[in-house]
Amino acid sequence: MSKKMQITLTVNGETQELLAEPRELLIYVLRERLNITGPHVGCETSHCGACTVTMDGKSVKSCTVFAAQANGAEITTIEGIGSPDSLHVLQNAFREHHGLQCGFCTPGMITRATKLLEDNPNPTEEDVRFGMAGNLCRCTGYQNIVKSVLAAATELSAAKEAAE
Amino acid sequence: MSDILALAPRFGSNSGQSLTRRDGVAKVTGTATFAADNHPDGLLYAVYVPATIARGTVTHLDVAAAKAHPGVVEVITPENRPPLAGDPDSKPFMFAFRFEALQNNTVRYANQPIALVLAETFEAATEGARLLNPLYDAQQPRMGLDGDAPFTPESGGLGLPGTTVHGDIDAGHAASAQDIDVTYETPEQYHNAMETHAVVAQWNGDHVTLDIPSQAIVMQRGAFGYYFGIPPENVTIRSPYLGGGFGSKAIINGPQILAILAARMTGRPVKLMLSRDQMFGPSGHRGATRQRLRIGIDTDHRMTVLDHNSLATTSTFDTFVESAANASQGLYAAGALRSAHQGVRIDAGTPGPVRAPGEAPGSAALECAMDEMAYKAGIDPLEFRLKNYAETEPGTGKPYSSKALRDCYAQGAARFGWAGRPLAPRQMTDENGMLVGWGMGTALFAAPMFAAQARAVLRPDGTGLVETAASDMGQGAWTALAQIAADSLGLPMDRIEFRSGTSDLPDAGIAGGSAHTATAGGALHAAGTDAIRRLAELATGDPDSPLYGAGNAGVIARDGRLHARDDDTRSESFADIITRAGGAEVEGKGSASRTAEASAAHAMYSHGAVFAEVKVDPDLFQIRVTRLVGAFAAGRIINPKLTESQLMGGMIWGISFALHEEARFDQRTGRIMNADLAGYHIPVNADVSGLEVITVHEDDPHVNPLGIKGVGEIGITGTVGAIGNAIWHATGTRVRHFPIRIPDLLTGA
Ligand code: FES
Ligand code: FES
Repeated sequence: MSKKMQITLTVNGETQELLAEPRELLIYVLRERLNITGPHVGCETSHCGACTVTMDGKSVKSCTVFAAQANGAEITTIEGIGSPDSLHVLQNAFREHHGLQCGFCTPGMITRATKLLEDNPNPTEEDVRFGMAGNLCRCTGYQNIVKSVLAAATELSAAKEAAE
Repeated sequence: MSDILALAPRFGSNSGQSLTRRDGVAKVTGTATFAADNHPDGLLYAVYVPATIARGTVTHLDVAAAKAHPGVVEVITPENRPPLAGDPDSKPFMFAFRFEALQNNTVRYANQPIALVLAETFEAATEGARLLNPLYDAQQPRMGLDGDAPFTPESGGLGLPGTTVHGDIDAGHAASAQDIDVTYETPEQYHNAMETHAVVAQWNGDHVTLDIPSQAIVMQRGAFGYYFGIPPENVTIRSPYLGGGFGSKAIINGPQILAILAARMTGRPVKLMLSRDQMFGPSGHRGATRQRLRIGIDTDHRMTVLDHNSLATTSTFDTFVESAANASQGLYAAGALRSAHQGVRIDAGTPGPVRAPGEAPGSAALECAMDEMAYKAGIDPLEFRLKNYAETEPGTGKPYSSKALRDCYAQGAARFGWAGRPLAPRQMTDENGMLVGWGMGTALFAAPMFAAQARAVLRPDGTGLVETAASDMGQGAWTALAQIAADSLGLPMDRIEFRSGTSDLPDAGIAGGSAHTATAGGALHAAGTDAIRRLAELATGDPDSPLYGAGNAGVIARDGRLHARDDDTRSESFADIITRAGGAEVEGKGSASRTAEASAAHAMYSHGAVFAEVKVDPDLFQIRVTRLVGAFAAGRIINPKLTESQLMGGMIWGISFALHEEARFDQRTGRIMNADLAGYHIPVNADVSGLEVITVHEDDPHVNPLGIKGVGEIGITGTVGAIGNAIWHATGTRVRHFPIRIPDLLTGA
């Protein structure tokens, strides 16, 4: 095991300075050291998307990012997207349209969806199905997940138009 | 008005509504606390070392190397493992399975635990586990359905299906004018709930608190207590959220026991999180099956015999045999009916219940065989099923408690547009030249009930508190059960507090068998009814109450008030009644189960019909399910949104069974070659489209007082066969194993 490194992460707007071993994965730094437990671990091999966070503007699976690679990065987790008192449009859409069953995949799904809608504010159903194909839901709530993302897209576009 | 409303007069306005789930906000914000999210002070991390052989013994572990790794606190092996009060190889209670908790150095299957490493960090524990570098004395594993001589399990008991015969099988065969004899195979499948098994264990003297996902919260207290030599009340289980269960979280496994033992040994809280590959081993799976179906029909296309034999893999050290052939009981009116089971012992972990145990693989084979028989007879597969529609349970002759299957067939077929389907395969193409096929299957799942208790309290401020230790593993129990409870108390949802998910509450029974809503809901309803009865006594016996003298049977609870049944203007609020009576809370208790007489009187099932369209590329043989319509009748629907979501989830499991899921064992080493989510395929968003669910109205006055059946598992049944049949209809190739993949169509073409 080589020496610990000093790293700086900005997580949900807060700067975190910590000493990390080179082998530490971002997901475990978030969950076990910073106690940010919204992102979950479902596979550790990049396949399920339960650990999805936004890092420097990209959706990443934080189970396959070393904390050291994230040094200096801006990271947004589900906790940074909205809170119980002020839900993000997507969070409310998932709640309203039952885009969840057990809820284990949900933080990753919603985090991925925020990025999807940022890149493509008016997606087709197919865009959503393929754009969210890296997030698994075993339960499986796919129909309502797609419904939730599409509903949120409509609402966000309408709000944007109204503002313009 | 239906009988049910008459039976349950206070069944009110919350049930039947698509209320949004109560746990939604917690789950969309990441604030829902799953077991592994707990982080008590002084925490140690446990990582177990999985066996990399399937049969043999561990001869050496480099404990010194692991212990020398910075951060490693302890290494537990069979040498130093503290004793357990209960033997992991005993089966002392229902749902007890044999498991590995380092009782010796034998390896019974790949991925079983052979050591546990405890460290200050997860990373150090993981590295310590790697450094143990086990050496083995390995033997050739027995693998697959031909891995050993078949045996016939005794009948009775969980996972011991035995043989059921109704009528004269030989006579049935002899009487047939046409018949088929076909064999279908289904692979080993693993639950793979998105949340892997996890536990955080903390001891305080001889009391242990477990944060652990559990499908049987109160029952598991006794089980854990047994292994640790403490009474059940010394075990607290907290399981507010489960990241899926599908049967795997109803059964105790070895790694959990070791983590709890490690916490006792070190005097520190211990967290264990299984990795995804470790989910392919010690926590159960669905055994592989080979099913032979012989169907005979007379000249009028009536079935003279349905003979269903299933061989399933189980482990060498315990017995759970997938009850696949039982799928042929209870559905079609065959003159003679046999369901027979055999097992084969291989060097794999013990199988266990997986979503729709027995029925999922059994229905897959049966519904395909029905399709083959219909084609041979030259009639439409739906017509063939209607021809053999059972008016009473085949074999037993028992009446069904309710059976709206005809409506399911009709509504599903109409919605899908089944009429006019060509009988012969390879007749339809779409505008892009894709081969199009349509197939169907009947869905069936028993509607059992377990036993549950509940408590309901009316408070002086007019609100209610209801309690039962139910498990919400995603199905929405927190919401549906609260709806039932609110109705039983005559209160709106926002005026009841619903407590659930911890073991200090009344036992809600096991969350399985698609029976949780019926069972726990029945208990909540009884408790609420009891509380209202007591409240009514206070009011009708009090000269100062407007309800004085109205008589017990003469009041109904609605919106926080009791009303005289014959005069709605005579009413009083709960709060006023309780306050005037001195302000003490009014407590009701209730329980629910099904009596032996009720079970004997009726056959009880949920039913459905599933219609599938697939498109197959004629050159590349890529398969896509493009439409899937399921119509289901499952008694009273408490929350349509939740129900629809459950049924769709089940149907997607059906797609998964038909086209994706399969664990592949290396025959030489006995290890699973695809023990991850890269190689063990399940559908993603992009694999699903055109899914529709219809719930068919059904009043059932017999199944239980609330008329509730289950919806958690039935969606898989029917769907797998419908997809298999649609693939045949598109291509003309009959594939008799699942999952169906491109090479199957290539070689069959
Ligand atoms: S845990 Fe990262 S993708 Fe599954
Ligand atoms: S809701 Fe359970 S995994 Fe998606």
